[in-house]
Amino acid sequence: MTTTKKQLHRIDLIFKNEQDCKEILRNALARSNQEVINEMVNSGLKGRGGAGFPTGLKWKLTAEQKVDEKFVICNADEGEPGTFKDREILTRVPHKVLSGMAVCAKIIGARKGYIYLRGEYKFLVPNLKKELRRFHDILDELGLDFRVEIFMGSGAYICGEESALFESMEGKRGEPRNKPPFPTEIGYLNKPTVINNVETLAHSYTILKYGAKKFRELGVKDSRGSKVFSVSGDTPIPGIYELELGMSVQDFVDDFGDGDTKAVQVGGASGFLVPRKRFGKTSIGYQGKLTGISLPTGGSMMIFNSSRSMYNVLNNYLDFFEEESCGQCTPCRVGCQQLLKGIKAVKRGEKPASYLDQLLKLTDTMKLTAKCGLGQSVANSFSSIVENFREEMIY
Amino acid sequence: MSNMVNLTINGIAVSVEEGQTILEAAEKLHIKIPTLCYHKDLCVAGNCRVCVVEQVGNNKLVASCAMPVSEGMEINTNTLKVRNCRKHIIELLLTEHNEECTKCYRNGHCELQELAAEYQITNQDFIDLVPDKNYTVDRISPALEKDDSKCIRCQRCVRTCAEIQSVGAIAVAHKGSDMKISTVFDRALDEVVCTNCGQCIVHCPTGALTEKSYVEKVWDAIADPDTHVVVQTAPAVRIGLGEELGFEPGTRVTGKMVSALRRLGFDSVLDTDFTADLTIMEEGTELLTRLKRALVEDDPDVALPMATSCSPGWVKYIEHKYPEYLPNLSTCKSPQQMFGALAKTYYAKNIGVDPQNIVSVSIMPCTAKKYEANRPEMKDSGYKDVDFVLTTRELAVMIRQAGIEFEKLNDESFDSMMGTGSGAAVIFGATGGVMEAALRTAYEIVTGREVPFENLEILPVRGLDGVKEATIKIEGTVDDWKFLEGVELKCAITNGLENAHQLMDNIKKGESFYHFIEIMACPGGCLGGGGQPYPVDDEVRLKRMQAIYNEDSDLPIRKSHENPEIVQVYKDFLEEPLSHKSHKLLHTTYVKREQY
Amino acid sequence: MDFQEKLVHDLVAKHGTDRENLLPILQGVIDQERYLSEEAILKIAKEMSIPAADVYGTATFYSFLDTDPRGKYVIRVCKTITCAMKGKNQIIQAIENFLKIKVGETTIDKKFTILQTNCLGWCHKAPAMLVNDDVYTELTPESVVDILREYREEN
Repeated sequence: MTTTKKQLHRIDLIFKNEQDCKEILRNALARSNQEVINEMVNSGLKGRGGAGFPTGLKWKLTAEQKVDEKFVICNADEGEPGTFKDREILTRVPHKVLSGMAVCAKIIGARKGYIYLRGEYKFLVPNLKKELRRFHDILDELGLDFRVEIFMGSGAYICGEESALFESMEGKRGEPRNKPPFPTEIGYLNKPTVINNVETLAHSYTILKYGAKKFRELGVKDSRGSKVFSVSGDTPIPGIYELELGMSVQDFVDDFGDGDTKAVQVGGASGFLVPRKRFGKTSIGYQGKLTGISLPTGGSMMIFNSSRSMYNVLNNYLDFFEEESCGQCTPCRVGCQQLLKGIKAVKRGEKPASYLDQLLKLTDTMKLTAKCGLGQSVANSFSSIVENFREEMIY
Repeated sequence: MSNMVNLTINGIAVSVEEGQTILEAAEKLHIKIPTLCYHKDLCVAGNCRVCVVEQVGNNKLVASCAMPVSEGMEINTNTLKVRNCRKHIIELLLTEHNEECTKCYRNGHCELQELAAEYQITNQDFIDLVPDKNYTVDRISPALEKDDSKCIRCQRCVRTCAEIQSVGAIAVAHKGSDMKISTVFDRALDEVVCTNCGQCIVHCPTGALTEKSYVEKVWDAIADPDTHVVVQTAPAVRIGLGEELGFEPGTRVTGKMVSALRRLGFDSVLDTDFTADLTIMEEGTELLTRLKRALVEDDPDVALPMATSCSPGWVKYIEHKYPEYLPNLSTCKSPQQMFGALAKTYYAKNIGVDPQNIVSVSIMPCTAKKYEANRPEMKDSGYKDVDFVLTTRELAVMIRQAGIEFEKLNDESFDSMMGTGSGAAVIFGATGGVMEAALRTAYEIVTGREVPFENLEILPVRGLDGVKEATIKIEGTVDDWKFLEGVELKCAITNGLENAHQLMDNIKKGESFYHFIEIMACPGGCLGGGGQPYPVDDEVRLKRMQAIYNEDSDLPIRKSHENPEIVQVYKDFLEEPLSHKSHKLLHTTYVKREQY
Repeated sequence: MDFQEKLVHDLVAKHGTDRENLLPILQGVIDQERYLSEEAILKIAKEMSIPAADVYGTATFYSFLDTDPRGKYVIRVCKTITCAMKGKNQIIQAIENFLKIKVGETTIDKKFTILQTNCLGWCHKAPAMLVNDDVYTELTPESVVDILREYREEN
């Protein structure tokens, strides 16, 4: 393992072996809905799937809907390249996730919850089912009318997009819907739905146990709490790490790099590539303590050392997007094909280097006009790679 | 009244009802926003993204077709950002699109082509994706063609097939760059549940879905000196054709159409209206016979309600989806096929031409008629009863090719013998028309009096409503029909197969009971058929409908049984309705089909 | 009723005919048959009263709901970035050599199909693959052959 001068502070909250979920639930259920919502809002917790919507507000908006049937859905369709933390959370502390779901259900008035588990994680099912049985017994004991079922995905990245996930659960193609309306009003089966990422729900357990104040002590302004990072690529210590939000990429690289780090991809293929020259100016979070850029992330940190061709990296991402785009909207479906074919043409010399600028303009259009986050965020990796490693794209 | 929402578009204030979209608000201000996947007949998809506009305060552009208005919203539809994005999107669509515009069936009638022209897409910088695509072209069906290389994946056809027609022959399949519109396992349209109604064609913005054209075959026949080419024209063609040739929707061009057909070189220009009247005689008698069997003879096997069988899209639909109700279908052939059977028998004999040398052409507002003419059952004359079926659009093509200045033509009349139709026949072209025509005749047969509606206009069966119902009490019957005295004849009329599906489900569940139902596969009936001019929406359909009813009220004969040519054909040839000869030539059978 | 018809019938009876049960039913067929045959799709469509084209369109959206015949064991090697960096190509080559088929193909005895797939979520233990639902990580050209040999030899 690399020794570094200042190792980043490892947090041990999410994976801490705590078997007191009955206690936590009993306490949470005894409090008024308003109190719990306030606790969640005050914690500053933001969605850990990557989009960063304030969790407390999401719960509040859904609670306000005057509709009989509502749902809580745990989004376990973790498909972003470089992300694997949800699998680990569901393996090691599923009861925390379930507790978060139950408290949310009580607050918004849902009797039914689902874990949308990606097909690639099917091997988790036997364990999860065991955990569910135990958890349902606890709910019965506490008198909460709430049941959770597992819904399996079948290999479609886009189903991690919340409205596509609803479509998929409804037995359809996972094509994102027009927004508005938002899930808080019209979600699964057109009912108000809270859909939270696995990690978000696990954090809610921490908040309920230790209080918003303790959670807020971690992280920086607008980026409160800890975050589970999936670290992979050219690192001697790949794996899962819970760290404070707000760290600089430089600190991260010092800790996790192999000494020859050329760039870090923050937030997976739909995130940004940070080149070495920007390590110090970039922080991880919704708004960092540094004056430079801050990058939100679902927690994927992929490290590339100087042996890696950034052309190959981008090519791999675009292959991914071209296949995983749902295909319904023009900018994403055709845009991804054009970007992929475009960089290949430049590389082969069939198109001039200046064609890259045209493709950059195309990514602007994709960002502005694609129907959902997938098509909008292809621009992120494309522009950050092409702008910083232009020569590698051409020669 | 619902809440009004105030917003500005391009700085102009507008107030629209809550729940409306930016696109609808812009329409109110006469600001045109380009669209492709949007269609007034269909639910909103929001997938082509060509209608994007800028919303002040939103860092993304929004799809105006899908975004509801909100109070204080500021929208700009024509900024540099918007224009650049739209242009990109059109360019992207073109890279997936087979750009052989000059060789395309829809050349000049293509919404994508129009947009490309509007945005002056003069050079294509992006890479042509077509060579690497393995596009399917399906030309197997006698009615429709599907060319995936022209498809822009707007899904208008899929929504049409599901929402308007409840057929679901096509769906979106695969994802990403492979995403396409497909039948089950990409089978040919001819091998699936497709009814050939052609509504997908009318709703397709490009040349991806088209009718199979028989224009060249008809030209060949006309050019052949040894053939005698007869042409029949359906009621809805005369009120639709004008739209293709420079007239406003709802313009009646009957006389000019006849004149044009003659100039095209058809040997005889006849009228499907004649056999529409004949259908009323046959089908009306069939209905009365069924009623008699049910009411007098207590025959438990008689199938009621009796359903009309003029619409070949509906016929194929029921064959697929409700085969247990096939006995309920009237055994009458459609007017087109009755015409075909008579053209090569009665007509041939009368003019002294060997039926082998007759080529029978029909001009229809319909694509399913192409399929119908090719059904194996349709050879009762001993020959293929109808040789070629052209749509209204194809007729317009021929007229243009022939260099006929359509708008300058004088009105001419149909040839005699099978060229006279009543007003009752004309209204076959509108939903409710067959019902109204049947009632005009049947009521009079049974009571000796005209239907008790002012000017013979049976208003409850008219209009675009999905399901219409009418109950007519039969009173003062003549001796032969005494058993019907006091009977309340219950009728229902639907247009569009989704409505037919609702009606049939109600009947199946026993929630509704009717004696007679009229079902037309297309919205509005034949006037909104799959062979009619595009674009179409309810506004256009209503105009065409008005034209149909005006045509009816202007005709001297308004009832089928008063058509002198009908009287003649029974006297000289068919003897009487449901005679042995009628059965042989004018009636048919149906087959059960698979559900997919 | 043949085996497949019974399978579909039982799955529909178990899950119900509402549209939201379509994915579990399709997955149930995959669990048994490894792919969705034309007969299976048509049967599901009929039993659930969903247009067959729609069932087909839905199935083809999901990469695990194959509509092409597959072997008893479907090998899915992750091809996304980290696995690609950590030697995915060598793994594929080793599998191809061992099974004597190419990616996308099925062995003559219908035992194995080789496919590539997008991120499996094991980037820290790349390269990774699935054999049906089971995960294998930190593969080497040697270890992957050992794994597949066990599958081949089991009966």
